[in-house]
Amino acid sequence: MPRETRFGSLAHFEKGGVQVINDDPRNYAFSNLFEVASKAEPYEKVAVGKNLKYVLEAIRAEGTSPWYAASHDEAAIVMDGEIEIRLVKLQEKIVADDHEGTTILEGAPKGQKMGHIVARRGHMALLPKGAAYQFHAALPGVILLQTIGGDLTAQRWKDICQS
Amino acid sequence: MSESKPQGVNDYGYRQFYLGSYSFARDEYFAHISWPGGSHMISVDRFLRALMRDVAWNFFYGTVNFDEVFGTTNHYGTVDVFAGLYNGGYRAQNRQFVETLNGDAVRSTFAAILEDWTNEGFDPFAAPEETGTPFGAKHGSNLGAVRRNRVVAQRMVGLKNDTPLRSDATGNPVNRQFSDVDQGEPEVHAEPGFEDEVHAFNFFAYLSRSDVTWNPSITSAVKNSLLCPTTEEYMLPIIHGNDRVEWFVQLSDEINWDVQDRETGAPRARVVMKPGDVAAMPADIRHQGYSPKRSMLLVWENNDSTLPELYASKKLKPNPVDF
Ligand SMILES: [Fe+2]
Repeated sequence: MPRETRFGSLAHFEKGGVQVINDDPRNYAFSNLFEVASKAEPYEKVAVGKNLKYVLEAIRAEGTSPWYAASHDEAAIVMDGEIEIRLVKLQEKIVADDHEGTTILEGAPKGQKMGHIVARRGHMALLPKGAAYQFHAALPGVILLQTIGGDLTAQRWKDICQS
Repeated sequence: MSESKPQGVNDYGYRQFYLGSYSFARDEYFAHISWPGGSHMISVDRFLRALMRDVAWNFFYGTVNFDEVFGTTNHYGTVDVFAGLYNGGYRAQNRQFVETLNGDAVRSTFAAILEDWTNEGFDPFAAPEETGTPFGAKHGSNLGAVRRNRVVAQRMVGLKNDTPLRSDATGNPVNRQFSDVDQGEPEVHAEPGFEDEVHAFNFFAYLSRSDVTWNPSITSAVKNSLLCPTTEEYMLPIIHGNDRVEWFVQLSDEINWDVQDRETGAPRARVVMKPGDVAAMPADIRHQGYSPKRSMLLVWENNDSTLPELYASKKLKPNPVDF
């Protein structure tokens, strides 16, 4: 018998949690990315996962973001809403190869237009190395970003995690 | 049946296998494992489902406990094949047995067991409701099913020269429990010359078309950061012992995890995960998941090969963040 597949959203999410037997719940850094995004400023990059230098960031997409670039690929999963991703091939290297994480650009990038993507819930997009990108969301949405911790990564575990 | 029985097989039609000091035999219901000074039985259902993962994952990260007694620990080249090593009771009496063997040798023996012991109509990667029974005397085989490996994208699924997308045409229909998952693709508008770099795909639809359960497969990589989503139904047929921190993001539906001490199996916590929940699994635990409905789970791994030693020597703490 088919049963409904349940996803979460900004408008509707339920949280599970850690039920301790002999442990400290903080070991699990348990949070909910929709809850985090519901309390975040537009395009704040809040770490919900951190494995040494690597992070997963929950991003509240709302309106138009600044332009970003990184010295490595990043991957964006749209968890809620509809998000346009605009891509420009950077004419000059703006981020040094050894600088990891997302870098914010001042103003619009110089370079050739690569194209754009309109992605909805469940879609994954490549934010390729060497490109600048910008998000646009007419209505609030949520992005889960696979990247490396950087200058823009906000860590506020105490606020977002079960303790 | 003994009169028509081929040479080298037992009364049930199955071959016996030897690996290091271990021997492996099966009957209609059980796998029998023996080693110098001990022996153990596992339901062949559980054994084949566990063996399937161990082979397809090439021993994965850390420890694959088939049950509370038997399993493997990956040292990425060699493999510990153990009995009782991570069992508090065995350890207290010094009854554990462990042999460190060449990984390729273990894998080829395990693959041979899997091929011989899996009967026609049984797929160890499938959810129980989707497949036949593993029990009974030897009848046929299911080589196509047991020779599947995990998908390993180099950069991202669907890119040119990378691992392909799934569709009806590629023989990957939408799973019965994901029939309501939207199959619409993102709009991708690439300017001429950028077709290979402007890339997006329906990740949830891709997962809805997975024909395997509990099989984390790489869909995107940022250096050593690997997104390894998997579709889960019924229960993880192994108890996974971490050799590093791994993370879970529940994408759809619900999974409950039993978390135990990695060394002894003593219970530490239960973790209930609903859509959007994110949780770390510390480096010193083992865990087993239960998924009442087929669900989508994002497993996130750090593939840095220096990590097992750093955690084992306590140069890194087992929890990912302090707060
Ligand atoms: Fe695991």
